[in-house]
Amino acid sequence: MTLFTDTFLIALIAGIAAAGVPLLLAGLGEQLSEKAGVLNVGIEGMMLGGAYLGFYIAWATESTGLGFLGGILGGMLVASLMVLFCVRMGLNQIVIGIALTLGAEGATALLHHVQFSRLYPRLSDVATWRIPGLADIPIIGPALFDREPVVYLAVALVPILVYVYRRTHLGLAVQAAGDKPAALDSAGQSVLAIRSFAVLGCGAMVGLGGAFMSIVGAGVFVPFMTHGNGFIGIVLAMLARGRPLWVLFGAVLFGACLSAATALQVAGVDIPTDVVQMLPFVAVMLVLLIAGRNAKLPAALGAAYVRGER
Amino acid sequence: MLDAQTRATARPSGTEAPPIVAFEGVTKRYPGIIANDSIDMEFRAGEVHVLLGENGAGKSTLVSMLSGLQQPDGGRILIDGVERPIGSPSEALEIGISTVFQHSMLVPSLTLVENATLGRKWWQKPDRAGTAEAMKAAAERIGVNLDPMAVTGDLSLGERQQAEITRALMRGARFLILDEATAMLTPNDAARLGELMRRLAAEGMAVVFITHKLNEAVAYGDRISVLRLGKKVGGLAPDALKTLDPQEATNEVVRLMFGTRDASGAEEAHPDSTTVDRAAKPTLELLAVYAEAGRVPLQNIEFKVWPGEILGIAGIDGNGQKQLAETISGQAPVSDGRIVLDGAYIDRMTIGQRREKGVRYVTDDRLGEGTVGTFPMSINLLLKEIGQAPYWRGGLEQPEAIRENARRKVTDFDIRTPSIDTPVGKLSGGNIQKVLLARELAGSSRVVIFEKPTYGLDLANIAATQMRIREAAKSGAAVILISTELDELLALSHRIAVMDQGRIAGIVENEDGARHTIGALMSGAAK
Repeated sequence: MTLFTDTFLIALIAGIAAAGVPLLLAGLGEQLSEKAGVLNVGIEGMMLGGAYLGFYIAWATESTGLGFLGGILGGMLVASLMVLFCVRMGLNQIVIGIALTLGAEGATALLHHVQFSRLYPRLSDVATWRIPGLADIPIIGPALFDREPVVYLAVALVPILVYVYRRTHLGLAVQAAGDKPAALDSAGQSVLAIRSFAVLGCGAMVGLGGAFMSIVGAGVFVPFMTHGNGFIGIVLAMLARGRPLWVLFGAVLFGACLSAATALQVAGVDIPTDVVQMLPFVAVMLVLLIAGRNAKLPAALGAAYVRGER
Repeated sequence: MLDAQTRATARPSGTEAPPIVAFEGVTKRYPGIIANDSIDMEFRAGEVHVLLGENGAGKSTLVSMLSGLQQPDGGRILIDGVERPIGSPSEALEIGISTVFQHSMLVPSLTLVENATLGRKWWQKPDRAGTAEAMKAAAERIGVNLDPMAVTGDLSLGERQQAEITRALMRGARFLILDEATAMLTPNDAARLGELMRRLAAEGMAVVFITHKLNEAVAYGDRISVLRLGKKVGGLAPDALKTLDPQEATNEVVRLMFGTRDASGAEEAHPDSTTVDRAAKPTLELLAVYAEAGRVPLQNIEFKVWPGEILGIAGIDGNGQKQLAETISGQAPVSDGRIVLDGAYIDRMTIGQRREKGVRYVTDDRLGEGTVGTFPMSINLLLKEIGQAPYWRGGLEQPEAIRENARRKVTDFDIRTPSIDTPVGKLSGGNIQKVLLARELAGSSRVVIFEKPTYGLDLANIAATQMRIREAAKSGAAVILISTELDELLALSHRIAVMDQGRIAGIVENEDGARHTIGALMSGAAK
C-alpha cells in the first residue's frame, strides 16, 4: 500500500511522541495528585497556565529552556490555588477544579489578547538531542531518538516515579494520604503537607506538558490550545490504577490515535475530518467501557482531610 | 523502651513512680454539650485501665485528648508527673502514647511493613527487610503471629489490630490505648486480644482499654473507671477489683453505669400492669425470628406485645437493639421466623406496607434516617406520606394542606420553631424529636417502636417524650421502648426484655427487684 511510505511512518511515530508527551505528563501529574487523595479536575487549567507562561517566557527570552521552566512555574501557579482552596481550606475539589480550568482558559486568552492582539508570533524550532547509535535505526531512529530533551525527560519520569512510589517513604506517605489520611496523621506526618506537595508536583508536570504543546508542538500559543488533553490525562490516571508505566502505555495509545488522526488527514485519506478527529475520544470511551469498571481509586479521593473527623 | 520502663519503676525514691499520664480536672466542650466534665484520672505503668461508658458518655473525647487529636478546654495533663500538653499525634508518639482505634488505622493498600515505616523521614528509603525482622521480633515477644509482608487489606480485623499493637511496640510505645478494640471482633479474637493486654501490662506497659462490654472490663482490667454523660461517676481501684469476685465487681459496675437513685433497693413506682389484658390477643408477636444480615445478627427472638402495653428492651448498646427495631419496621430482612401483627404475617411486607398496617418506628438516628435536614419542617412532617392525598393531588403539592397540617402539629406537639418553613436541621435536638414523634404518632398506629427516644435531650424534652410514649400505649398501641437508660425503662415499661449479643436474655415483669434481675441479665451472669 502506497500509504505506508517511510516518510509517512516516520511522521506517524514522531506524531505519537509529540501528541503523547503532553498526555504522559498530564497523566503522571494527575496520578500523583490522585494518589495523595486530591481529585485534580483543574489539570486542564494548569496545562493552559503552563502553555501560556512557557510560551511567553520562551518568546520573551528567546530561550526554550527558560520557556520550559516558565511552563513548570505556570502549572504550579494554578496548582497553588488548588492547594489553597482544596487542601488547606478543604473546599469541594470538583467545583474548584472546574473553576480553575474555566478561569485559566479566560485568563490566558485575555493575557494573550492584551499582549499580542491578533498576532500569533511563532517560536523558532527547538533544538533536538540526537542519541548516537539509536538515532541511526531506520524509521524509529529519526522519529524517536532525535527529539527535544523534554521528550526524554517525560519518559524518564516514568521510572523515577516508579522508584519514588515503591522505594521511598515519600511514596508511602503519598499513598497513605490518599488511602487513609488519618493513618498518616496518627503516624505523625502532615497530611496537608503531603497533599500540597502532590498537587504542586502535579502542577509542575502538567505545566511542563502544556509548555511542550505550545513551544514544541505548535510553536505558537493559541487560546484554549490544550483542548481536552488535561481531561484525557485524568482518564489515563484513573485507568492506570497507580502505576506510572500504565500511564505511559495509555499515553502511547491515545497519542497514536491523535497522531493517526493528523497523519490520515495529511495522507489525504477520504474520510471526513470530523470523523478522523473523533478518533481519540472514541478511543477514550471504548477504553473506559472496557477497563473503567475495575478502576481502583484511592479510598479518600476527593475528600478534604480534617483531623479528628471520622 | 522497656528498659526505660524498668528504670522508671525501679526508681529509688520512696514513693511509687508518678503515673505516665494523669488528668486533673480536664474539661472538653463542644458546641452545645460538655463532652468531658472535669475528669480526674491516672494511667499507670503495668496496669490495664478500663474506661467504661455508654455511647456519648465521653470516652472517645477522652481518647482523642490522650492521643493528641483534640485539646482540652480546661484542666491539666501531667506526663510522668510533669505538666505537659499533648499537642498533636506526633507529640503523643514522642511521649510513647500509641492508639489502636476501633477502625483500623493501617493503610489497606500497603503491606504491614510499609505501614510500620510510615511516618519516617520522606527522603529515607524504607528498609523493608530490616523492618520486617524487627516486626517479627516484636510480635514474637508479645506472642503474636503475623506475616509482615502481607497486604493489610487481606487481613482480618483481629490480625490488623495485632499488627497495630506490634507497630506501636516497635515505635517505643509505653502507653497503649485500645479504643473499642473488641467492638468489631469475633469472640475468639476478642479473647486473644484480652490475653495480649495482660501480657503487655506484665511487660510494664500502661494499657487503656475502652469498651462497653462489662465482662471484658472485669476479666482484663486492673482498674476500671466509669464515665456517664461526660462525667467520671466512679470506678474500681486495683485492690478493690482484686478482692471482689467477678460477679460482685460486675454488679458494682452496673450500678455505676446505670445509676441507682436508691441503692438501698427501696420501693419504686412501677407502671400499672393490670391495665394490660394479657388474656386478649397480642398485637405483635415475634416467632423465632432470626435476622443475620446485620452487624449483630438476631437469633431466636420471641416475644409478644399486647395492646396498650409498653415492652422495654434493655441491654448494653450494640447488642442488636437497632437490628430488632429495623427488623420489625421492615428496614432489615428477616432470615427466618415470622412476625405477626393482628393475626397477619407482616414479615414479607415492605416498609411502606407495614406502615400502612400501623407499624411506626421512631428512630434514634434523628438527622440521618429520621429527617432530611435541609427540608422545611412542614415537609419533614409528611416525609412518609409524600405523594398521598390530601397533601399531594395528581402529583402536585397542595401547599395549603401541607401548611395546615404543619400548623396543627406544631400546636399539638408543642414544637418550638421559628416558622413551619424552617429547615428541620436548624432546630434543636428536642424539637427534631418532636417533629419525628408528631410524624410517627399520626394516624392509627398499632405498633410503635421508640429507639433511645430521650437520648441527648434535656429534662423538659425527656418528660415530654415520655409522656408521648405513655399516650401511645394508652391509645391502644403495642409499644416497644428500646433504651439504655435503666431508670427510664423501669419508669415506663410493663415488662422489660434484656438483649445480649442478638438474643433475648430474658423477659422480666416490671415489679420490685426487677432492677437487680435486669442488671444480672445484662452482665450475662444469668446464663
